[in-house]
Amino acid sequence: MTASPLFSAFRSSLSEAWASGAGLLLPLGFFAGTAALVPFTLGSDAELLSRVGPGILWLALALSSMVTLERVFQADLQDGALDLWLQDTGSISLVAAIKTLTHWLVSGFPLVLLTPLIGFMLGVSPDKMVPAMLSYALGGLVFFLWGGVAAALSASVARAGLLIALIALPLYVPALIFGVQVVDAGLESPSFLFLCACTLFALGVAPAAMGAALRLAAE
Amino acid sequence: MLSYLANPLRFMRFSRLAVPICFALGAIMIGWSLYNGLLVVPPDEKQGGDLMRAMFTHVPSAWLCMGLYAALAGASFVWYIWRHELADVAARAIAPIGAGYTALCFITGSIWGQKGWGAGWHNLILGDSRLMSVLVLFFLFLGYIALRAALETRQKAARAAAILAMVGIVNVPIIKVSVDMWQTTTIHQPSSVLSIGNSEPRAEDEGMNPVYLQQLLWGFGGHTLLASAMILMLMRSEVYTQQADRQLALKLEAS
Repeated sequence: MTASPLFSAFRSSLSEAWASGAGLLLPLGFFAGTAALVPFTLGSDAELLSRVGPGILWLALALSSMVTLERVFQADLQDGALDLWLQDTGSISLVAAIKTLTHWLVSGFPLVLLTPLIGFMLGVSPDKMVPAMLSYALGGLVFFLWGGVAAALSASVARAGLLIALIALPLYVPALIFGVQVVDAGLESPSFLFLCACTLFALGVAPAAMGAALRLAAE
Repeated sequence: MLSYLANPLRFMRFSRLAVPICFALGAIMIGWSLYNGLLVVPPDEKQGGDLMRAMFTHVPSAWLCMGLYAALAGASFVWYIWRHELADVAARAIAPIGAGYTALCFITGSIWGQKGWGAGWHNLILGDSRLMSVLVLFFLFLGYIALRAALETRQKAARAAAILAMVGIVNVPIIKVSVDMWQTTTIHQPSSVLSIGNSEPRAEDEGMNPVYLQQLLWGFGGHTLLASAMILMLMRSEVYTQQADRQLALKLEAS
């Protein structure tokens, strides 16, 4: 099998992120904006904020992963790219996995890089920053993979945003729980291994489900 | 048995009898367990006095909401592999009943727990791991129903929903374990009907009083029969709807 459909999926995801105006900045802005609202809702008590800070960042990560999910596969369905990928001999699951990973790279990974800044603003203690960033990276991958399944299932539905959220949020629970524990207990805790296991499991199962869902959406 | 009933004609003949029988037996059993549970058995002061009577609805519905999600995934799997229409009809019928039982389990659980565990209402509902995993299950059911409703054709909805149900069932054990690890000190008592998993019973547990266990078992049986009757009834109405659609199409073609 040639690498060309995979490469084209990768390139189209990248260019979509850059081309659609502030596509890349959208989840970043949402993430920062959500976190910036927190002091207004919880008050400016520094001790409280530093205690809930990591959890707030997890919530913001889960929500901002939703923002762009609706368009991940819908655009490919509408412009016919999906049909071309399906006609190619390659596996659609692999294409879906590449799309999701690229999507994570352009709109999930920047959030990880932004974490120290917002964490600092919320008063999260510096020694928690490295576990936080690592677990946000792994957990974000889980979010985008299960969210990608929801997005692929509802690719042919118009205005699927809320539907995707309803389908994907229950699947976020394990990564969320283990991720928060990692931030609290550090990288040596068993929670970190559980989080890694969640990521690997999602990497193994989600592409197959996305492939099946995309084959259905193209009909 | 199942392959015998896979024929829609045989299924319709069987279910015409099975629905009223299941309904009647279920109603009698639930009635008996509720009568005894609410009026006859003595209240257990350790479990919240009279509030523990919610148990006779809570425990059977907890068993049913897990069982119904597994049944939903099983029916979806059968449909996805063998494309047997009746399996999809079953999956479609199971979803709302399962969602209903999940809600019932959550509501009775929070009513019972309100006093039973001596915890305040607010920190209980969103603070107990076993109730939270029921809540997550509720959202899984809701997502399934919403996805089915959103897709335009029956075939597409069936396929997408089947994929979702299968993705859901492989995630359910992980969600369960993770939620249990989230609150290691649950205030919910360990399962006392099937105590195989509990290697070290707590000191105050001397097993369940047989008076309660008997009513619980009646409740199990009754609610299982009631759920089966409702599912069979929904399946029958779906089969009739499909037949009506087909005949309408034939009439339109002929005219």
